[in-house]
Amino acid sequence: MATAHQPPSTAPHHTAAGAADTAALESAFDAAVAADERIEPRDWMPDAYRSTLVRQMAQHAHSEIIGMQPEANWITRAPSLRRKAILMAKVQDEAGHGLYLYSAAETLGASRDDLLDKLHSGRQKYSSIFNYPTLTWADVGAIGWLVDGAAITNQVPLCRCSYGPYARAMVRVCKEESFHQRQGYELLLALSRGTPAQHAMAQDAVDRWWWPSLMMFGPPDAESSHSEQSMTWKIKRHSNDELRQRFVDICVPQAESLGLTLPDPDLRWNEERGHHDFGAIDWTEFWSVLKGNGPCNEQRITQRRRAHEEGAWVREAAAAYATKNSERKEATA
Amino acid sequence: MTSAAVPPAPVTPASPDTGTASPTAGPPALHAAALALGDDALVLSHRLGEWAGHAPVLEEEVALANIALDLLGQARVLLSLVGDEDELAYLREERAFRNLQLVEQPNGDFARTIARQLYFSVYQNLLYGHLATTDSPLAPLAAKAVKEVAYHQDHAEQWTLRLGDGTAESHERMQRGLDALWRFTGEMFQPVPGLDLDWQAMREQWTARVTEVIEKATLGVPEGPQSGAWAAGAGREGLHTESFGRMLAEMQHLHRSHPGASW
Repeated sequence: MATAHQPPSTAPHHTAAGAADTAALESAFDAAVAADERIEPRDWMPDAYRSTLVRQMAQHAHSEIIGMQPEANWITRAPSLRRKAILMAKVQDEAGHGLYLYSAAETLGASRDDLLDKLHSGRQKYSSIFNYPTLTWADVGAIGWLVDGAAITNQVPLCRCSYGPYARAMVRVCKEESFHQRQGYELLLALSRGTPAQHAMAQDAVDRWWWPSLMMFGPPDAESSHSEQSMTWKIKRHSNDELRQRFVDICVPQAESLGLTLPDPDLRWNEERGHHDFGAIDWTEFWSVLKGNGPCNEQRITQRRRAHEEGAWVREAAAAYATKNSERKEATA
Repeated sequence: MTSAAVPPAPVTPASPDTGTASPTAGPPALHAAALALGDDALVLSHRLGEWAGHAPVLEEEVALANIALDLLGQARVLLSLVGDEDELAYLREERAFRNLQLVEQPNGDFARTIARQLYFSVYQNLLYGHLATTDSPLAPLAAKAVKEVAYHQDHAEQWTLRLGDGTAESHERMQRGLDALWRFTGEMFQPVPGLDLDWQAMREQWTARVTEVIEKATLGVPEGPQSGAWAAGAGREGLHTESFGRMLAEMQHLHRSHPGASW
């Protein structure tokens, strides 16, 4: 962002600067966003912009680390060494994405520890999709193809997000996600063209993951609470329904190539709209999972908390050792 | 795949104490060597993969997965020298695996995993380092893998220092981990047929390095025997510990449930 660089705004700007100054900063910020310039950590920004970004990046980071669980569920049972290597690499990438995104949130003054506490105590959320179980090996493919596919559809526009560190993190995340999606598609293709049992496994997985994947774009535009302001700030570039439609249109021909069907009798091409029409989404299920009643909400957060609590002594040891080491260095200096 | 469904030729258990046994290099001996090293890498990779989603800190999710991936890559190259990698990994019974008992030991807490990593990575680094300088057909693989293993060793040593010289609790846990796995360290130096290495010298180098790290970490070098009641080298002869069977049951179940399927 080309406008006046301010110190990181830990002090409330509205008391430090006069009301007139704040108005000037705000209009410079608005102009920068309108001109598609990037906002950087040291630039002045409205508090609400900052808190919206921290919330969104944290939720995204949390989704990456919770999202490791359903796939890690199959690492020890992957049916070939090649698939095992791909899956391990994918789960490792997700941990890496979590790291970039927590770091990006830290550029706005948040701390990873604090964000993790908020996840563990339920004050911050992660994507509801990970509250569904991975029941068969084909679910690994369905997650790659559909869940990562939906995530990419959501995330590609974030590479042009107005906040620089988030946009740059997303460029890297999207590259890796597109590899994830391809491996999911390829895994399902191998199953679909495999034995009848493998084909049935693939179809069953797609049947279970299709509707939850459509829900990943969030509630219909009319009911989405954060959308409008985020669009103005160019944190969000497209509406939930636009992105959902884009995803459906991409998936239909891919499902055909896979030799699998999508579980929606109302799915058909609409010549007039130039898009596929699709059936009604069961938003009752969406809200119910969001409220904590999904098949795995309890399990996912319990495992996350347990890993964190059981790892406390390790983190304490690392901190104690680092302190001792720096004291030793000072003593010898 | 030619012969992997058949259990591999038994490893010659002869002369465990000479420290220099080295059958002439040839396909059977080379296969036995590749299988031993390949199984070590395969099994340890699997154990490390069990950490995914359970690590104490996000950086360790990345690091442990990275090590697991390196090992899996090594395993795939080595097993492919012997036969079809998947038939070898998924269709052998427990008694046909030739890995060290050390690598199959359950993860335990993070300290025990680090103790296992320390013992094994120092060994593997020495083994590959020496192997890379020989005219063995495995030398090129060893030369490539030794670079990865140097990182694994550094990772294990740094954590041994942090845990040993961290808090009272971490010190105690790290010592327990080292003690518990000590009895599996002797078998590492039983000569593997097909590998023309100075096993006695390797043992001395291993002991020197491990001792240095343990002492620097303010811990004690375990005092007990380095092998159990069975002769050291049991793992290389297909004698494993009870938890290994369950590990294989989990690993092989899906593959075995769909005979002949490709994935």
